[in-house]
Amino acid sequence: MKRLAFLLPLAAFIALVVVLAVGLNRDPRQVPSPLIDKAAPAFTLTRLDDPDRTISRDDLRGKVWMLNVWASWCVACREEHPLLVEFSKKGLVPIYGLNYKDQRDDGRAWLARFGNPYTSSLFDGEGRVGIDFGVYGVPETFIIDKTGTIRMKHIGPLTPEVIATEIEPLIKQLVKKLDA
Amino acid sequence: MLSIGSPCKSSSPPRRRRPSVAAWFAYSKTLDSRPRSGRGPAFRGNHVKSGRARRFAFAIATSLLVASALAKEALPEAADPALEARMVSVTSELRCLVCQNQTIADSHADLAVDLRREVRELLTQGKSDREIVDYMTARYGDFVLYRPPFKATTVLLWLGPGLMLAIGFIALLVVLRRRSRMAAEAFEPDDDEDDSGHA
Repeated sequence: MKRLAFLLPLAAFIALVVVLAVGLNRDPRQVPSPLIDKAAPAFTLTRLDDPDRTISRDDLRGKVWMLNVWASWCVACREEHPLLVEFSKKGLVPIYGLNYKDQRDDGRAWLARFGNPYTSSLFDGEGRVGIDFGVYGVPETFIIDKTGTIRMKHIGPLTPEVIATEIEPLIKQLVKKLDA
Repeated sequence: MLSIGSPCKSSSPPRRRRPSVAAWFAYSKTLDSRPRSGRGPAFRGNHVKSGRARRFAFAIATSLLVASALAKEALPEAADPALEARMVSVTSELRCLVCQNQTIADSHADLAVDLRREVRELLTQGKSDREIVDYMTARYGDFVLYRPPFKATTVLLWLGPGLMLAIGFIALLVVLRRRSRMAAEAFEPDDDEDDSGHA
């Protein structure tokens, strides 16, 4: 034991390297949301396509739904958009868009151009509902269960892996729940 | 992913930039006064009229132009300076999530602008600083606090530095004790110290 004591500094160094390597490989922009497993914040917003009709949180109670925060000015949203369109065709859950800090006309034109995966888009021009949902990096995606509780949040553009390995299994599980 | 290009811009809606006449005047004034004040190394005297100096002046002028083109317009100050001061004091303790090393008070990210507006409104509603901090942590978690609370998950964060210092002191003590118990022959003689006494 005494003979190996000279290895101690080396061991300490390796431990430090491991700690730093783990720290460097984590994405500091992925801030864990305190809203997970809490009730989704209440909102009442007008629809993007129809300023006279509103949708509120409680209208969506009783079903599992996805909230996707997007904007026409958001470059990463365009990146994930084809995936969302594809996902919407599966018809697993209704996808509600939150058109965040956008202009109504720009948002509509964007959907007309790239396709509309949303059951409906809510218009949040001032970004207040976005703040209530703790949105800080568009696009963001939330999964909300039948009781109106947020079950998952994904920050940044969706990827095929995230949809296949996280979102779809969770949705299937949530849809089954309470049905029985 | 999100951090492509400037992380502070990637999630900000575009803004219409209005050229600010006032800003222009301010800039042209600084341009006028610089050569006369003669403080800058390039403007030490009027006789410096070489092509290099002129090119340097041109470079400064253009860079100022670019700066004024990129600058955002001044944010509208709240009508009430006392409220504004309180807003700044609260938001100086809060981290902006878009530009993570800036406070909400300092950041020019659009989210920070919105959050300052939100804080102003909460203050006018008579909310206390504590309530505003709670409002923020409810949405963004303890991450927004520049002074995170002391709890189970942050114990290492708070006590870590002290712990490291303690380990260092203990190691030092152990080494010094061990050395003090060693016989004098274990050490090499320190030749330059003994010189004055024996010579």
